[in-house]
Amino acid sequence: MDRAEKSAFITAVVFLGFFFGLLVYAAKGLNIDIPTCITDVKPFTQGQVIQHAPDRYEIHYLAKMWYFEPTDVEIPVGSTVDIYLTSGDVIHGFQIDGTNVNLMAVPGSVTYARVRFDKPGVYHIVCHEYCGIGHQDMTTKILVKGGEQK
Amino acid sequence: MKVSGSIRWVIIGEIVIPILLLVFGIYHGLMQALYRAGIIKEMSVGGIEYYQGLTLHGVINAVVFTTMVIVAFGNAVFLYHLKKPLRPAVQWISFLMMVVGTLMAAWAMFAGKANVLYTFYLPLVAHPFFYIGAALLLVGSIVPLFLDWTPNYISWRREHPGEKVPLAVFGVFVNHIMWVIMLVPVVITVVFQMIPLSLGLISEVNPALSRTLFWAFGHPLVYFWLLPAYTMLYTILPKIVTGDGKLYSDSAARFAFILFIIFSFPVGLHHQFTEPGITNNYKLIHALFTFGVAVPSILTAFTVAASLEYSIKSKYPEVKNSLFYWWARIPYISLEGDKWLVSYFMAGLLLFFVGGITGIVNASYNMNLVVHNTSFVPGHFHTTVGGLVTLSLLGISLYLVSKLMGKEIRFKGLAVLAPWLWWQGMLIFEYAMSVAGMHGFPRRTNAGISYLNPESPLYRPEWVGYAELSAFAAFVIVLGFIFFAVSFFSTLLSPRVREDILELPNAEALHDEKAPALNRLTPWFAVSILLFVISYIPALYDVTKRGVFFDSPGYNDKNPVPITKPQSSKEKSKETAKVE
Repeated sequence: MDRAEKSAFITAVVFLGFFFGLLVYAAKGLNIDIPTCITDVKPFTQGQVIQHAPDRYEIHYLAKMWYFEPTDVEIPVGSTVDIYLTSGDVIHGFQIDGTNVNLMAVPGSVTYARVRFDKPGVYHIVCHEYCGIGHQDMTTKILVKGGEQK
Repeated sequence: MKVSGSIRWVIIGEIVIPILLLVFGIYHGLMQALYRAGIIKEMSVGGIEYYQGLTLHGVINAVVFTTMVIVAFGNAVFLYHLKKPLRPAVQWISFLMMVVGTLMAAWAMFAGKANVLYTFYLPLVAHPFFYIGAALLLVGSIVPLFLDWTPNYISWRREHPGEKVPLAVFGVFVNHIMWVIMLVPVVITVVFQMIPLSLGLISEVNPALSRTLFWAFGHPLVYFWLLPAYTMLYTILPKIVTGDGKLYSDSAARFAFILFIIFSFPVGLHHQFTEPGITNNYKLIHALFTFGVAVPSILTAFTVAASLEYSIKSKYPEVKNSLFYWWARIPYISLEGDKWLVSYFMAGLLLFFVGGITGIVNASYNMNLVVHNTSFVPGHFHTTVGGLVTLSLLGISLYLVSKLMGKEIRFKGLAVLAPWLWWQGMLIFEYAMSVAGMHGFPRRTNAGISYLNPESPLYRPEWVGYAELSAFAAFVIVLGFIFFAVSFFSTLLSPRVREDILELPNAEALHDEKAPALNRLTPWFAVSILLFVISYIPALYDVTKRGVFFDSPGYNDKNPVPITKPQSSKEKSKETAKVE
C-alpha cells in the first residue's frame, strides 16, 4: 500500500471514529438512548393507562393483530409518559410520529421508553412491522391537549 | 478458454433462470410502489395480494437472483482464472438443488401459503415448503465451494508455490467461505424453530431468539451480495474502462477483503436497536463494528477511483495534469467493445455512494430511532443491493451469456442505457422513500387502502407526495429493466456468431506486493469466527433468559388465532372437562 492509500485508510478510520464518538456522547451524555432493555417485567395481557400525577402517566400498550390497546389516549400537554409495550401474538412495530419513540413489540418480552409531550396536537402511532393481512390498519393516536384545563 | 459441454449449460442456467424469475420480482416491485402511493386501493391485483407480492419481490430479487448469479460468477471465476476443470456431478447437484428449492419456495409463495416477507419473522408461519425450499437453495449454493472450488484452490496453490492466487479467485473464495459461516445461525433457526413449528411438531418458539439468529445471518448476507460486485470493480472495471487499464493496488484490495472477513459478522444487532430483551451496550458494540465494516468500503471507493484515474490518465495523456477533467473521459455510455459494461459499474457505484451514507445513518445507534422500519430503510437498500449489486450482477450476466453462447450482444444501445435509467429511477426512489421515512411513513405497508386513501379515516396527506414520487421512480426503474431484458433475451435467442468461450477481463495490478499475511486465509477466518461467537454470546444469553423453546405459538397472516394452539387447546380440554 502506498502513501495515498494509507492516508485514505487513516482518514476513514478517524472520520468514522469521530462520528461514533458523537453518537456515544449523544447516547450517554445527552441521554438520547435507544429503548431500555427490560427483562424483569412480565408480559401483560391487557393494555391500560395509569395516571400517577397530573403530568405523569404510564401507558401499557398491548399490540395485537390488528389493533393497539388502549386505543386513543388523551393527556395534557407537558406530560411525561412511561411507555411499556408488548405483543399478544406476532411481531409488531410502534412509532410515535414526531418523537424518538420507535419500538418493536416482541411476544414474550416488554420494551420501555419515556417521552415528554411538550407540544399539543395529535401524535399518530403506526405499526411499522408487517404483522399479517390487516397490518395497514393497525394504528392509534395520543391526543395531547393544550394548556387551558391542565 | 473453452468450457466443456455440461458445465457451460449449468453456468448459463444459473444466469437465465434467475433472470426469468426477476421479471416477476420486478413486476411486484412496481406493484408495491403503486399500492403504497394509493394508485391501487385494493388488497390484491390479479389474484396476488399485496403482502404476497412483497414476499415474492424480496425473495426473488434479493435471495434467489443474487445467490444463483453469484454462484454462476464464482464458477466462471474459478474456471477461468485457475484453469482447472469443474466437476460436472458437483455442478449438476448444486444446480438442481438450487432450482428445486427455488421452485418449492415459489410454489408456496404463489399459492399464498407463505405471506411472511423475505425476513420470515416468527411467530408468523409459512408452509414447510417455503423453508425447505429456501434451505435447499442455500445448501445447493455452497456445494461448489466444498467439492469444486476448495480442492481446485488447494491444488493450484500446491502447483504454484509462493504465488498469490488471482485476486478474482481470492475475492470469490473469501466471499463464499463467509457465506458458509453466516448460514450457520439461520440454519439453526430454520431447522430447529421454523420447520418444526410449521410442521406442527412443536407448538411454541422463542421469537426473540429467532430474530437474533436471523440477523446474525441477515446482515453478513449483504456482504455476500456485495463482495462479488467489489471483485468485479477490482478486476474487471479498471481493465475495460480503457481496454488496458490497471488496478491501482492489489494489496489494498486484499486488505479490504480481510477487513470484511473480520468485521462482517459481529454487526447483526444493529437491526435490533429498538428491540426489547437485549442489553443496550451489546447493541452499541455491534454499532461500533458496523462502523468498522464501513472502512473496507471506503478503501474500496478509494482504490477503484485511483484505478480509474490511473487507467484514464495513462490512456489519455492530455488529461494527465487535470484534477477533475479525467472524469469526463470515463466511457459512461459507449458501445465500443466491452465498454458497455462500464455503465453498469459506474451507475452502480454512484448509487452505492448514497447507499453507503444512508447505511451509516441506519447503523448509528440512537439515530436509528428516527428511521427504524420507516421507508427510509428500503430507500437505503434499494441503492445498495438494488443498486450496485443488482447492476453488477445484471451486467456480468449479459456479459457471460454472450461469451458462453458465442453471441453478439443485441440492442447494445438499450443495454448501455438500462443502468442509467435504473440509476436515475433509483435516485428519485431513494429520495422519496428516505424523506417520507423521516416523516414516519412505515415500510412494508399496503398504505393505499388506509394511510394514503383520502376516503379512509386513517388518511395521512403528508405522505402522498413522496409516495407518488416513488411510484413515478418505479416506472423509470422498470423501463430500465425492460431495456436490459430486451437486450438480454434478444442476445440469448439470437443465432450464434462465433465460438463459445469463457473469458473474463482481468486488470493487472500497478502496485503489486507480495504481502504474504494477506494471502493466508485460515488465521483471519479463525479471528473472524471467534469474534462472531464472542460478540453474540451476551445477546444470545439475554434473549434466552426466559427459556429457549417457549413464548409464542405460531400464527398465519390471515387470522389472529394461533395455528399451533397451545392456549385454546388447553381451553378446549377445560371445556370438555366441564361437560363431562
